[in-house]
Amino acid sequence: MNSELVLTVAGLSKYFDGVPAVQDVSFELKRSETLGIVGESGSGKTTLARCILRAIDPDEGVVRFNSDGGWVDLHRLTDRELVPLRAEMQMIFQDPFSSLNPRMTVQEIIEEPLLIHGLDDRRERRTKVLEMLDLVQLSHESLTRYPHAFSGGQRQRIGIARALILRPNLVVCDESVSALDVSVQAQIINLLEDLQQELGLTYLFVAHDLSVVQHICDRVLVMHRGRVVEQGTVDEVFDHPKEDYTRLLLSAIPSPDPDVPLRPLDRRSLGL
Amino acid sequence: MAETTDNVLEIRDLAVDFKTDTGLTNALVNVGFDVPRGKVTAVVGESGSGKSVTANCIMRLIQPPGRITGGSIAFQPEQGEAFDIVSLGKKDPRLLDLRGGKISMVFQEPMTALSPVYTVGNQVAEAILCHRDVSKEVAWKEAAHMLERVGIGDIERRMTMYPFEFSGGMRQRVVVAMALVCNPEVLICDEPTTALDVTIQAEILTLIRDLQRELGNSVLFITHDLGVVAQLADQVVVMYQGRVLEIGTVRQVLKTPVHPYTRGLLAAIPGLAKKGQPLSTIASVVGDTDITTPWPLVTLADGRQVSLPPDQIPEGAS
Ligand SMILES: Nc1ncnc2c1ncn2[C@@H]1O[C@H](COP(=O)(O)OP(=O)(O)OP(=O)(O)O)[C@@H](O)[C@H]1O
Ligand SMILES: Nc1ncnc2c1ncn2[C@@H]1O[C@H](COP(=O)(O)OP(=O)(O)OP(=O)(O)O)[C@@H](O)[C@H]1O
Ligand SMILES: [Mg+2]
Ligand SMILES: [Mg+2]
Repeated sequence: MNSELVLTVAGLSKYFDGVPAVQDVSFELKRSETLGIVGESGSGKTTLARCILRAIDPDEGVVRFNSDGGWVDLHRLTDRELVPLRAEMQMIFQDPFSSLNPRMTVQEIIEEPLLIHGLDDRRERRTKVLEMLDLVQLSHESLTRYPHAFSGGQRQRIGIARALILRPNLVVCDESVSALDVSVQAQIINLLEDLQQELGLTYLFVAHDLSVVQHICDRVLVMHRGRVVEQGTVDEVFDHPKEDYTRLLLSAIPSPDPDVPLRPLDRRSLGL
Repeated sequence: MAETTDNVLEIRDLAVDFKTDTGLTNALVNVGFDVPRGKVTAVVGESGSGKSVTANCIMRLIQPPGRITGGSIAFQPEQGEAFDIVSLGKKDPRLLDLRGGKISMVFQEPMTALSPVYTVGNQVAEAILCHRDVSKEVAWKEAAHMLERVGIGDIERRMTMYPFEFSGGMRQRVVVAMALVCNPEVLICDEPTTALDVTIQAEILTLIRDLQRELGNSVLFITHDLGVVAQLADQVVVMYQGRVLEIGTVRQVLKTPVHPYTRGLLAAIPGLAKKGQPLSTIASVVGDTDITTPWPLVTLADGRQVSLPPDQIPEGAS
């Protein structure tokens, strides 16, 4: 296993109107590793991801990224200095509808990152776009269609194709497979894992589906109210949770067996 | 069938086409199933199989280039005459009545159902004011109460915030609250919990189930999460490429699926796969089995319906 670090985050905090959304978060990410971030809705997962990629500016803390050109302090760079690094870090968004421009065709959406970074000529771009469509299993006829002509899961795959076309090193997936049915979800998860093997990708994988996290992640951070309350390998955290909050999360997974009733622990009696 | 059931919706031979520049997409082909009154019916099936299009037909929200090309949706309200939703004219008062509260829908994309320029509190209160004759103060209070029931805390502050200031899952809960305040006869939920963590999801499912039992409304629940189906549904409809492949009780479909496609869906659940091994996909489970030809639904002895080639239909079909 490659133990070279790709990302270190230390003491990261972000406030909205004085209210903390992310508080004092620290962790490290190794190359080719998949780190899961789980936690309830509103616990700060998306905000944390956006701070790391500098889609928004953190208020406190350090984010260091091991880029192709060496270590950089992401939290200090100006927007202009960030531009070349954007090709190395990509985000797959939570809400596939609002993140795709409704006035652009699928071809334009997927090739846009190449254009922004001034890569390739028309023909090369088209070849790459078709390659990506094959990877995410959308038909080539999709190219000329607009996002509204696709189902929710199909749109999500368009977003994934767009994020991966630059062959980034670090990919942040924000609930990227949550909108997918199990079979497409399985294909995309297998795809993400294959790409990781092939290209050495590192994933930060935000998800609420714990069975998906258990399957694809090596380590996991559990967030609650902006803070990391527990972190460890997937086996440690899932088999021997230390925190009540983690136990609550695990108890709330609905079983696909109708004879195993859902009996989540009581949040109030745990004082959460 | 001998037993007569009270169905709030009966969908028959529903067909929808979308005209695209590469030709015609048959989004639905002869879709038919019942939504029994006072029960939860789940629709499952892979992405693009026509779940949302079916829901949109019930609300008559199919817009060009899409068109309902055939079939019927019989709606039997608690009070009044039954009528076919498909053949209603655009200006028929029954259509307004239906969209205005008899049937309400939680859409798959929360941001499309929320306006970016009004506060969350205003939007939920407005939903109440549209459907019921109450004062603004009462509507505001009820809105706050429902938002708390879907798990939004710090309610005074949250009511005055805008949707973009909410997390993805919070927005989704606002949309659920907006549908629930109308107390509809039929509640259609299109993947209402996909952006929610499991604890909130469990709370929302419990809320929907409790309200459904308390008020006896009928729920059509679209989801790809078979865990959610197992916990919530009475009946399950399995769709694939615009067709219905299997209909049965939740136990029949999830515990003893007959159609190979349904078996494939169950096998693809990550919890059942070994770590480090690729997940099963439908293709890897189903192999070469032909699941696209529209075989008519056949009712089996145990009451379930399946669409299979004649030589694959299990014994005891009627
Ligand atoms: N632009 C913003 N303005 C004000 N508050 C915000 C903004 N963005 C996020 N927040 C707040 O920050 C907190 C964390 O939100 P975040 O989106 O990070 O949650 P999350 O863990 O991703 O939740 P979910 O699972 O629902 O997506 C929430 O209380 C949210 O209301
Ligand atoms: N406006 C449109 N124009 C063209 N085709 C469309 C349009 N809306 C839907 N379709 C097509 O209809 C089919 C069914 O789509 P639908 O949205 O019902 O899928 P779904 O089962 O809800 O999938 P998901 O689980 O991904 O939401 C898809 O193949 C889709 O491409
Ligand atoms: Mg989020
Ligand atoms: Mg849909």
